[in-house]
Amino acid sequence: MIPEIGHFALILALCIALFQAVIPLAGASLGIQRWVAAAIPATLVQLLFLSLAYASLTWAFINNDFSVLYVARNSNSELPLIYQVSGVWGGHEGSLLLWALVLSLWSGAVALFSPNVPRVMRARVLGVLGLVSCGFLLFIIITSNPFERLIPAAAEGSDLNPLLQDIGMAIHPPMLYIGYVGFSVAFAFSIAALISGQVDSAWARWARPWTNIAWLFLTLGIALGSWWAYYELGWGGWWFWDPVENASFMPWLVGIALMHSLAITEKRGTFKAWTALLAIFAFSLSLLGTFLVRSGVLTSVHAFATDPARGIFILAFLAVVVGGSLVLYAWRAPLLRSAAQTRLLSRDGALLLNNIFLAVATTAILLGTLYPIAIDAMGGKISVGPPYFNLMFLVLTAPLGILIGIGMLIRWKGDDIKRLRGKMQLPAIAVLVVAFLISLALPQWIWSAYLGIVMALWIAVTAAIALFERFRNRKPMSALRSIPSGFYGMLLGHIGIAVFIIGITLTSLYNHEKDLRMAPGDSYSVAGYKFTFHGVQQFRVDNYVATRGEFSVSNESGDFQTSLYPEKRIYQVQKMPMTEAAIDAGFTRDLFIALGEPLGNKGAWAIRIYYKPFIRWIWLGAIIMALGGLFAAGDRRYKRHTTAVAVSAGMEKTG
Amino acid sequence: MMKPARAKRLMLILLMLAGVAIGVVFALKSLDQNIMFFFTPAEVVEGKAPTNKLFRLGGIVVDGSVNRPDEGLIVQFDITDNLHKVRVSYNGILPDLFREGQGIIAHGRLDNKGGFVAQQVLAKHDENYMPPEVSAAMQAQQGTQQ
Repeated sequence: MIPEIGHFALILALCIALFQAVIPLAGASLGIQRWVAAAIPATLVQLLFLSLAYASLTWAFINNDFSVLYVARNSNSELPLIYQVSGVWGGHEGSLLLWALVLSLWSGAVALFSPNVPRVMRARVLGVLGLVSCGFLLFIIITSNPFERLIPAAAEGSDLNPLLQDIGMAIHPPMLYIGYVGFSVAFAFSIAALISGQVDSAWARWARPWTNIAWLFLTLGIALGSWWAYYELGWGGWWFWDPVENASFMPWLVGIALMHSLAITEKRGTFKAWTALLAIFAFSLSLLGTFLVRSGVLTSVHAFATDPARGIFILAFLAVVVGGSLVLYAWRAPLLRSAAQTRLLSRDGALLLNNIFLAVATTAILLGTLYPIAIDAMGGKISVGPPYFNLMFLVLTAPLGILIGIGMLIRWKGDDIKRLRGKMQLPAIAVLVVAFLISLALPQWIWSAYLGIVMALWIAVTAAIALFERFRNRKPMSALRSIPSGFYGMLLGHIGIAVFIIGITLTSLYNHEKDLRMAPGDSYSVAGYKFTFHGVQQFRVDNYVATRGEFSVSNESGDFQTSLYPEKRIYQVQKMPMTEAAIDAGFTRDLFIALGEPLGNKGAWAIRIYYKPFIRWIWLGAIIMALGGLFAAGDRRYKRHTTAVAVSAGMEKTG
Repeated sequence: MMKPARAKRLMLILLMLAGVAIGVVFALKSLDQNIMFFFTPAEVVEGKAPTNKLFRLGGIVVDGSVNRPDEGLIVQFDITDNLHKVRVSYNGILPDLFREGQGIIAHGRLDNKGGFVAQQVLAKHDENYMPPEVSAAMQAQQGTQQ
């Protein structure tokens, strides 16, 4: 009964989404106030019905209702409660339902928390969100109904994929989706602006906090995924340039470009058309990501053919959204004239360069991701290896690191080269020298390590100078009060990048990875740590059987440090083996042990031992960046009532 | 003389074009070097696979062929596309889902005795996984036999 209520609620949500899309958009164009006013209630009612549908599916999971096909495929009565709840988004149908719910939550947030956006504009934004929602709900109902019944009901579910039975993986998809789908708000703002022909500073100010929040969740989502891959896949890697990862990374990069381009549009009233286009691209790439992951096209274009309805629907949807918005853009963009000129030697210019580099980097990743699919469609079989992505990414983002530093110190509108040189010369030399000394202290001299450290220090030092300038000639307390939190957000975002750069550089250049054969009693030493293997034991836990190895770690002088217990698990329902690595995490290094397989009959095992310096800094950097996004979104000028006061471009105080 | 504003805009456009051009050149060059081609055991036996380049070899692990000499981590096994077999040797830890009868992909190069030395062995996290290329090759094979 409950699943039918869910199904019914889903269909009602679609009807209301259609209403939410058509009536406010028509009302805004025709000037009918009552239709415009319908936007908010429609959005909230749609949210209500989608929540009901989602709750029904969750109910089916918790109550082990294996008469629902989706539940029977993705759950099991022995599954712990938390994974029954997260199992709702463990498969195709449920994750799409989550997608739709998140979209509806964002729409609801726009409806409730944007009091200073003019009513007509808000109605248009909600209307566009309603259109997107229609597309997704139609997709779910036609091709991927999560409430489909299984007759006769299964006696037992075939269990959630063991890879997903993990806390990191349980919260990774919602985070990622909140980020992905959050770009739909910037997209809707962009489309609404194109329809009305109004893109100005006020518009950019409305769109900015939404973009920041979406981006911060995407950052956390990607970081969680990377962290999960690190400890759960048993390979100790944190990024693989897998197409699924690229699918989330591309909107992230465009999201950064968009945040910066919105900053220019708000401060200077320029780059309007480009900002509108970036907002379209950010969301299009989110949709493309959903398409790549959900259509099965990644395993092969032939997999796509096994369930053509789904793939073709998303492809058509993608074509309509991207094509439609680009046509609208081509038609309306000439209306968006810039209020001022852009000089290269100004913060505007620096941000422009930032946008160019990010756009090119995204294009390079897109090329590497789609190329194998295109070749596959033509009958070839290739894949693009990580070296391509690493090289492309390094070449394109290294200049960005230098640019970040310059961008924080340069003035809006126009700057003087002498002033800049005077300000940067000393810090630049200091950074080069200090980085040199730090690099000498590392285990061995590597040029790219030096470059990475230079980059990170440069960002940190320029951030400190930018902060110092804010405090100079002012009383500390009054400066603290008057500095907008957006400024701290900017600093944190950039410092997060610096921490992240240190993490990647030191981890990838100074790690030790060793696969070896160890019998009980054997030991192996690396980077000042001695690992001793004491054999394995078997345990039966919940829904799996574990073979647990015991290792003790001591330092060079033989003092005991810690014990590590890596596991090899066999999940009973699917008979699927899983490697659970044991990790001793630390601020400056991780020790990582994973069990391979038993060798011979004397208790020897294949063992993987990794020493990973500074790997935590990668995720720490991501957390700091996300915090930066939070500070930026919380800036009080977004809360101010600005509808009545038209802030003309360039008049506002710089900074 | 061009107006300064127009000259500046031209500068910006040229800069952008230069950036894109450099990006494209790098992308294509590096793409060219990093493309990994895929071959089936039959193609290897027929001599179609390169002898001096890394490539991906995909197939099913032959039942009973996995052999571990009692030293180090060396493991040897045969993989097949039901037409021909190729002996693969690998020095390292096999993925969780590696087992006999399972579809896998090995990344490496040929040695001079017609064997394949893998640097990496991949098995998808799905019991029924078969490399799509292998299943396509097998289906094509069945088609020709009928």
